[in-house]
Amino acid sequence: MPAVQDTIDRVKLIDVDQYKYGFETEIEMEKPAIGLTEDTVRYISDRKNEPAWLLEWRLDAYKRWLTMREPDWSRVDYPGIKYDEIYYYAAPKANAGPMSLDDIDPEILKTYEKLGIPLREVEALEGVQTRSNIAVDAVFDSVSVATTFKAELAKAGVLFMPISEAVHEHPELVQKYLGSVVPATDNFFATLNSAVFSDGSFVYIPPGVRCPMELSTYFRINERNTGQFERTLIIADKGSYVSYLEGCTAPRRDENQLHAAVVELVTLDDAEIKYSTVQNWFPGDAEGKGGIYNFVTKRGDCRGKNSIITWTQVETGSAITWKYPSCILRGDGSRGEFYSIAISNGKQQVDSGTKMIHLGKNTTSRVISKGIAAGRSDNTYRGLISAHRRATNARNFTNCDSLLIGDQCGAHTVPYLESNNASAVFEHEATTSKISDDQKFYCMQRGLGEEEAVALIVNGFVKDVLQQLPMEFAVEAQKLISISLEGSVG
Amino acid sequence: MAEITQIRTAAETGLAALFERLKGGLPGDVAVREAALSGFATMGLPHRRVEEFKYTDLRALMRDAAHPAEAPSPDETTKAFAEAKAFAEIDAARLTFVNGHRAPHSSELPAGIEVVTMPDAMASGHPLLGFLNAVAIARGNPIYDLNTAFLADGVVIRVPAGLAVERPIHLRFLAAASAPFSTATRILVIVEEGASLTLLESHEGRDGVAYQPNDVIEFVVGDRAKVAHLRLNAEGSESLALSTVTAKLGAEVVFNSLNVVVGGAASRHQVFATFAGEGTNARIDGANMLKGRQHSDATLVVDHAVPHCTSREMFKSVLDDSSVGVFQGKIIVRPYAQKTDGAMKSNALLLGEGATMNNKPELEIFADDVVCGHGATCGALDADLLFYLKSRGLPQALAQSLLIQAFLGEAVESVEHEGARESLIGVIEGWLAARG
Repeated sequence: MPAVQDTIDRVKLIDVDQYKYGFETEIEMEKPAIGLTEDTVRYISDRKNEPAWLLEWRLDAYKRWLTMREPDWSRVDYPGIKYDEIYYYAAPKANAGPMSLDDIDPEILKTYEKLGIPLREVEALEGVQTRSNIAVDAVFDSVSVATTFKAELAKAGVLFMPISEAVHEHPELVQKYLGSVVPATDNFFATLNSAVFSDGSFVYIPPGVRCPMELSTYFRINERNTGQFERTLIIADKGSYVSYLEGCTAPRRDENQLHAAVVELVTLDDAEIKYSTVQNWFPGDAEGKGGIYNFVTKRGDCRGKNSIITWTQVETGSAITWKYPSCILRGDGSRGEFYSIAISNGKQQVDSGTKMIHLGKNTTSRVISKGIAAGRSDNTYRGLISAHRRATNARNFTNCDSLLIGDQCGAHTVPYLESNNASAVFEHEATTSKISDDQKFYCMQRGLGEEEAVALIVNGFVKDVLQQLPMEFAVEAQKLISISLEGSVG
Repeated sequence: MAEITQIRTAAETGLAALFERLKGGLPGDVAVREAALSGFATMGLPHRRVEEFKYTDLRALMRDAAHPAEAPSPDETTKAFAEAKAFAEIDAARLTFVNGHRAPHSSELPAGIEVVTMPDAMASGHPLLGFLNAVAIARGNPIYDLNTAFLADGVVIRVPAGLAVERPIHLRFLAAASAPFSTATRILVIVEEGASLTLLESHEGRDGVAYQPNDVIEFVVGDRAKVAHLRLNAEGSESLALSTVTAKLGAEVVFNSLNVVVGGAASRHQVFATFAGEGTNARIDGANMLKGRQHSDATLVVDHAVPHCTSREMFKSVLDDSSVGVFQGKIIVRPYAQKTDGAMKSNALLLGEGATMNNKPELEIFADDVVCGHGATCGALDADLLFYLKSRGLPQALAQSLLIQAFLGEAVESVEHEGARESLIGVIEGWLAARG
């Protein structure tokens, strides 16, 4: 059955021409020569005053990248990226690492204010805004401009800082874990990132510590013709817990911009990382002009026993999304979860999903994915669930639904299930989520109107994903919350 | 990156050489054969980097290009007939192929049906051959193209409009040679408006002989016609069996195709079905019973090109020892195919410690008013059910057998022809009995 009117209206509210974050900030930036050569890699490394090992690592990745070919297996279509017409680094001038908020260009502060991201701790502490404390690392083009609540976090022993800073302050941790989940050789975009990554967040939670507040990074692409290549590394040591949020926006522009990030998560024994994303990069206009090409490699390694990694994502932005947050379930008893809502409008193309790789015994995973395609967009779920020989008693449950609005869009599902272990149990299902008459009747005989009944049932339906979002993000996701998937197809 | 110079395997160079040697003696237009082989000339045999062959690496599986077998001697044929067991107890009109060659002594066909041998039809440019290659989504498939290039024998069967054929037609493919050989047979079945047909197809061969059958059966089904197609793969233990079913379905058709696999070292069965008329109902099922190091691949593409059609796909795999099962299903719903109802299901039971199941149930949907679903499961036998049966006094092996039989039974219970259904249940029981 076709989508209900309510859903159509709500998806329209977040249509590409409703993009609110498309403004641009005028700021003087410094950039290397356009294009990518060995000198560019050296320039970036030099700007960040990096140790020799890291420069070597970057150069190795660069050489490797030259031999690689852009992948073409995904269901996205774009004219090809001109890698020699991109700036690989852009930093606000005079930014030699601001010591305090006062050193930051006020234009940047204004930018974040406009985006609703407070960089001044005091506001939050005084309760001017009624929101709980979140430590924020704000990344503006290629550099981190501010990290809040560092002192308070330090009391708990939590390290939260730009990765460029961590390289100097905690080289042993960075060297041990960088590239250990997503190796520099992993794939075309991850290798490119390894060569030219600029900034991103570094988080280390010491053993037994429950991180006292939500950590968050806000990525903003501002400069024209600039790629953003951030790198995030989160390590949760034994028995620790952290919830991490990520948000992204970019100005409205006619040309496409490349975003190729790498996120690596490591959980040791009994640790847990909750990683949530609200991705709202500029999606391009209704004709498909402009927008961010979002080619991202996100992977978590449940290295220790009984560790947990949860990915939650709400994807509404980007002209192209190519992203498969994955879990390697290495430790016995570890668990991976993936919750996703991907909404595509205009001429957006989404090819996203997850990989759950069961290596250890008694590992479990759960995948809930909801895709909604409208306009002339294409929305693909692509997921791999695999159990290796030794993954005794591995369990997976996957549920992926999609919904089309209009007859000019496409919704596709490409699941791969590979089981090499007889005791592994995999279930993949796609419910055709017609609302059952019984449920509706029950609600209505309790006095609810039909619309209300439908909304209630649908809320229960998508809450699988939304209840995984931390409070702060749930607000942003609110407008999506009552999108009905009535009429969805598997 | 620069194009990589292809290193040819023995089978690839062998196939190219074989084609050059044979093409002059094969019936029909050689240009059609050459065109079919052009993809092979540039790409070689499909391997795991080719998405559709990700789980069945044909380049690795086909080590040598086997030569087609000579026509069997009358003695060989008689012996092969005597050994044929599949669907033997069913009263049917039989057309038999021995080592890929049509055998002379086949039983009488039901009245009204037109049968032309493929070589005759090709030599004379028979008008019915216009129905060949009717399914667009099959074109360019490497296995189908290889069959087109090497096509040596087969038949064209036409069931005229309105004719309800009571007695099934049984196509028997027997492999009787003791040395490796290859076959390329093509059956074209045209079921005209309002006609109905039950077609049994069986493939049997000797264990220990590395033969390579490649058979294609193409259905062109007219409006309101009804077709049941039941296929049994009981190929020999060393065979590499490739098979393709294509179906172009008119309006308000009922089409059922079931493939049961117990044989072959490695097999790949492909189904390409396309809906050309509204109100049609298609059911494509499969049951795989594998043991040892057997590998079996079921690949299907169902193309909902028109509105108001229903498709059901159900594949059951039971994997013992170190066997490998593959299911790749794809339902395509084209932009204007509204009110499509599609449901695809693949269930696998892993009995052996070393068994592997690869599932890829894919949906590609471009219409917004459809109901489509897919499900895939794999796992071991349910411990609770086993316990229940054992608590009722059944020994472990029997309890297991009962559960497996019930699991597979779902795929064959929809078979309407009673004799054929009994016969396939017999195959399941035989497989379970051999398992011990």
